[in-house]
Amino acid sequence: MSETRYTKDHEWIRIEGEEGVMGITSYAADQLGDVVFVELPEVGKSFKQGDEMAVVESVKAASEVYAPVSGEIVAVNDALDGEPGKVNEAPDADGWFVKIKIADKGELEGLMDEAAYKAHVE
Amino acid sequence: MAMNTQGRPSKPLHVFDAGAYDDTFSGSRGLDQAEPLIFERGHFDNCGVDLEEPKGLPTRLGGLDREGEIGVPGLSEPETMRHYVRLSRKNYAIDLGLYPLGSCTMKHNPRLNEKLARLPGFGDIHPLQPQSTVQGAFELIGELAHWLMTLTNTPAVAMSPKAGAHGELCGMMAIRAALDARGEKHRRRVLVPESAHGTNPATAVQCGFTVDEIPANEGGRVDMEAFKAKLGDDVAGIMLTNPNTCGLFERDIKEIADLIHEAGGYFYCDGANFNAIVGRVRPGDLGIDAMHINLHKTFSTPHGGGGPGSGPTVFSEALAPYAPVPYVKQDGETWTMVEHEDEARADGADPFGRMTAFHGNMGMFTRALSYMMSHGSDGLKQAAEDAVLNANYILARLKHVMTPAFDGTCMHEALFDDRFLKDTGVSTLDFAKAMIDEGYHPMTMYFPLVVHGAMLIEPTETESIGSLDRFCDTLEGLALAARSGETERFTAAPRHAPAKRLDETKAARNPVLRWTPPQDSAQAAE
Repeated sequence: MSETRYTKDHEWIRIEGEEGVMGITSYAADQLGDVVFVELPEVGKSFKQGDEMAVVESVKAASEVYAPVSGEIVAVNDALDGEPGKVNEAPDADGWFVKIKIADKGELEGLMDEAAYKAHVE
Repeated sequence: MAMNTQGRPSKPLHVFDAGAYDDTFSGSRGLDQAEPLIFERGHFDNCGVDLEEPKGLPTRLGGLDREGEIGVPGLSEPETMRHYVRLSRKNYAIDLGLYPLGSCTMKHNPRLNEKLARLPGFGDIHPLQPQSTVQGAFELIGELAHWLMTLTNTPAVAMSPKAGAHGELCGMMAIRAALDARGEKHRRRVLVPESAHGTNPATAVQCGFTVDEIPANEGGRVDMEAFKAKLGDDVAGIMLTNPNTCGLFERDIKEIADLIHEAGGYFYCDGANFNAIVGRVRPGDLGIDAMHINLHKTFSTPHGGGGPGSGPTVFSEALAPYAPVPYVKQDGETWTMVEHEDEARADGADPFGRMTAFHGNMGMFTRALSYMMSHGSDGLKQAAEDAVLNANYILARLKHVMTPAFDGTCMHEALFDDRFLKDTGVSTLDFAKAMIDEGYHPMTMYFPLVVHGAMLIEPTETESIGSLDRFCDTLEGLALAARSGETERFTAAPRHAPAKRLDETKAARNPVLRWTPPQDSAQAAE
């Protein structure tokens, strides 16, 4: 069973075994407006939890995206390069950013579940 | 419609002429003349003058003759002039109306400035002229430097930076040079509040520092507890904008200066908003170590569209030795420009280097000094007070229909958020576009980022109360229209401008950066 956790900075991470797929939440995508560019990290790069990992640029502003957990990037969503609009269309599906090999599953405990995140953005 | 539905015309001239407006034969409407790109107006095989083909002359090009068209549009002088004058008529400028773009300080450039900048001794000189022939220009630079140091109470100023961000770079390079001279190369962390100008963190990173952000408190100012928690022996300094980009004075600035100095760091103050406090506050008294001054904002030199700027940077005693070359100095009756680092070292200084090829933007220096001397120190103080008064007038007149982002009074900018548009179906962007239909340039929107749907209005001291009233009446009317459900007035705006709502998303996602002639694109399609 896959489980999705959320950060207070509006990233989500769906746990798939030892790895996690992450992106930004639909709330964040709404607030940003039309996304026009996404800068993703290189595969193989490692980040600590909270590190600046990607940049998402919309018609309004450029914003940093932080690593929800520590780990190594094992895949990135190359489709965003040509079609950044996927982030608006399906932020929690086709608009995913990267896949991370989770270094410490304990860090997930500090993240919010869906109900807590919903309360956070209200 | 061929014109500007996607931002620019890209059809051959005959097609264009037939339909910029489709209800007239000419494609123009009234005095709104259709104007294509200059490449579409002129033809490559045309020439503005008739030149006979040279006959019977041997070629001396050694086989390096041009093989094809170089692609320069051929136009006569009147055609060229009309092209640019027509384009200029489509532009919005401070000379046409109130220009409320917050954080940009679009104020009137008195025509006396222009008269003096055109004096041949200032306007027609060359930077490589012998120094003995430009003594007056050097004296002007020296006099302006004196005014800037007096107004800020600082002992040194670098005149060469050519814009605000360039001035920031100058200040941060001096801080880095000072830290290196102290042997403290481990100090690389720069604290930057959320309420600082967006260029501040970029400048710090450009200088090899890392940026540590300080959150704003609920009042839109630096969160002092968060600031104190971030101090440490790896801190190089802080970059604070005051008044900040929320249009608020950072009241704790003195304590911030003392604490950063205690921690061994330097205090960079972004002086882009000096126009709100000039004549009333001397930043040197507040403990700043470096601050740039935008002559093109505070001292009325004209700007817009990316230039021309001028960002002289003042320094405290601690940083003064590291100020860059060149600088002017006076020995008796003679002025000299110190151009080389070894000359400066002979003066006892230790410049970090040089920022520009020459000495800075002379035309801006002349205009700024003209503004200062015609206003006097009391006039400059009044200009700052009037700028603050005008912004507060707007805040007071509109707070019953729009929602101010923060309680209390503001400095030179009135900042609103988009709470008053909640559930109306109208966004900040729509509201700004509707202002175009009303004949106003929109305010700054979605900045500062700490305010939701921000609308930042800076009227400057240029506007009379009558002008402010007309502007406020318009915004009041728009705010009430948005609340009473006239959504289309906003979402379809601008309806009356030559170019309608542009597809900004498409432009950003698929930018077309190079114009190609129609025949080339036709070939490419084959």
